Amino acid sequence: MLRAGTAAARAVRALSRAARRGGTTLPGRVLLRLEPRAIELLGGRLRDGAVLVSATNGKTTASSMLAAALRRAGCEIVHNRAGSNMSWGVATALLDADGRARQLGLLEVDELWLPQIADQLDPRLILLSNLFRDQLDRYGELELIADRWAEVAARHDGRARFVLNADDPLVADLGRGRSQVTYFGVEDDSHALPGLEHASDSKNCRNCGSRYEYDAVYLAHMGRYRCPGCGRGRPEPQVVAERIELDGMRGSRVVIRAPAGRIDLRLPLPGLYNVYNALAAATAALELGAAPEDVRAALEEMAAAFGRVERIPVGERELLILLVKNPAGANEVLRTLALEERPLDLWLGLNDRIADGRDVSWIWDADYELLAGRVRRATCSGTRAEEMALRLKYAGVDAEIAVERDLGRSLDQALGAAGGTLYALPTYTALLELRDLLARRGVAGRWSA
Amino acid sequence: MSALRVCSLYPDLMNIYADRGNIAVLRARCEWRGLGFELSASGLGEPLDPDSADLFYIGGGQDRDQALVARDMVETKREALHAAAARGAVVLAVCGGYQLLGHGYRVGDSELPGIGLVDLRTVREPGPRLIGNCAIEADLGTGPRVIAGFENHGGRTYLGAGEQPLGRVLKGFGNNGRDGFEGVRRGNVIGTYLHGPLLPKNAWLADRLIELALGVELEPLDDALEDAAHASARRAAGV
Repeated sequence: MLRAGTAAARAVRALSRAARRGGTTLPGRVLLRLEPRAIELLGGRLRDGAVLVSATNGKTTASSMLAAALRRAGCEIVHNRAGSNMSWGVATALLDADGRARQLGLLEVDELWLPQIADQLDPRLILLSNLFRDQLDRYGELELIADRWAEVAARHDGRARFVLNADDPLVADLGRGRSQVTYFGVEDDSHALPGLEHASDSKNCRNCGSRYEYDAVYLAHMGRYRCPGCGRGRPEPQVVAERIELDGMRGSRVVIRAPAGRIDLRLPLPGLYNVYNALAAATAALELGAAPEDVRAALEEMAAAFGRVERIPVGERELLILLVKNPAGANEVLRTLALEERPLDLWLGLNDRIADGRDVSWIWDADYELLAGRVRRATCSGTRAEEMALRLKYAGVDAEIAVERDLGRSLDQALGAAGGTLYALPTYTALLELRDLLARRGVAGRWSA
Repeated sequence: MSALRVCSLYPDLMNIYADRGNIAVLRARCEWRGLGFELSASGLGEPLDPDSADLFYIGGGQDRDQALVARDMVETKREALHAAAARGAVVLAVCGGYQLLGHGYRVGDSELPGIGLVDLRTVREPGPRLIGNCAIEADLGTGPRVIAGFENHGGRTYLGAGEQPLGRVLKGFGNNGRDGFEGVRRGNVIGTYLHGPLLPKNAWLADRLIELALGVELEPLDDALEDAAHASARRAAGV
């Protein structure tokens, strides 16, 4: 059924593209209905094998970075670049695997789908960046995802190379006792936080349960840690980001030191979280044979992945979109916003659709207190707009807080009142709606798989 | 008027659904009224003074953390919490913390111990976790009112014959998805599955808990945004 399935799926994709819809999931759904083994069969056509990227945060950005570096190094890539990362999104992307040219599959994979898709594709490299508290109603506890990932590490040991974040204890632990592991990590104590953030989950050793001791915390529970009980600590990373200079929303400078050479990088994306994304992508790209110079050039040309630090001019104003979907990601965005010198005009879109997580409790885990005293005006929208507004009130945001559930009206109000840049912080489905609205108004292009 | 003294139990372990939102709301609503607010914490292995707080709070945690806490709470805090409840302190236990108020939480062949402050048992039964928006009707001495929130629990809780639930389920699952009741209330001891930031969604409940804890009557605040957030949470539950 593969031939019939791919023909039908391609027809669906052509139709949805003609209708100017993104078309990232429906073709894959059709394909998997007609041929349940489609991912495995199409994956077999990838003559250069498959690379999987997963994480709670940054997987779309890190895989875009990795794709750019590999393209520059001359690879032909099959990639689910719009971030549709469940089985149907992967299947849709694999429609481009033709079996003729030498192609490398670069697939961003949802955390829960990783075990199944890894078994289907038998990847040559798996990049795992971080695990944070996210959508507990869908994903369950962090520990459960860590357990599933540990099974992936065991099953693919010796078959796949693992590229792992040494700074995240849950992720680093996956590589213990395994041979084909490359670790990356940050080494720059000038960016250490005073302590663990409130929303940190993995504070205790997976091996013995003792509380980790941290010499430095860089982001949520990521840092330089050691277990006083069993002595397990952060593994020594082979690829290191050092001498990091953050330059607000404009980006950062960082030196990446690797066995293959040194990369002096001027990264056009803001925040330490994007330094981590760049470091993860660079480590994987070097591991796959890209030259340091290709990695540097590709990362310096990075435009943001869809909805992650997108700048869109709207009339006299500029809309800067920053996806916010869980506490750890929100905190990085808020910390970066707090570096801006001028009072902020904000638009916050809080939706509770299935892809966002139905439970909006997480906004109380994120440190919106960082915005206190820094906001000129905030407009809250989305299906749970009022609860977003209340969160700001209790965070000590004493600016005018407007509530308007309707996305179009709220955006018009916010843009009308904004001084220059309007910072938009949507959850995932609010981002899709916002992007759709802007496309209908002709100020932003569509995207496609 | 005296300050509200809140003691947060195991705040670093039992906080999975952003439980600190409850503390933030209690603090702000005291301070906006010129009432003092003092926050203390008691963690693993630490003894508890029953007279040290007017309101004791415990939230939800991951399974592993809840197991650590269950044993520790029985060993180091059970007597203090019984004494605190006996003198009328408010005990608010949410989600995983609620399960530990009873006699125990049985999962398969093993059972997490509880502190037996109320007569209830919790069992992990076959079947899906009970997840979703939830609304209940409860009367905390000021007439029936709606509490809206979100529940996400694998355990089913059954109250003993003499025990009263916190409220009647309007939408959602409640204690066990069967009997139509949610939570427990005995005097000022309250347990509920409506997890995490329950008080931001129900500012009236925050105020009522402050009143019960201090034995005072509070002046109203400008709650336009709080009322709108409450309505939003109710709408999400379909009530």
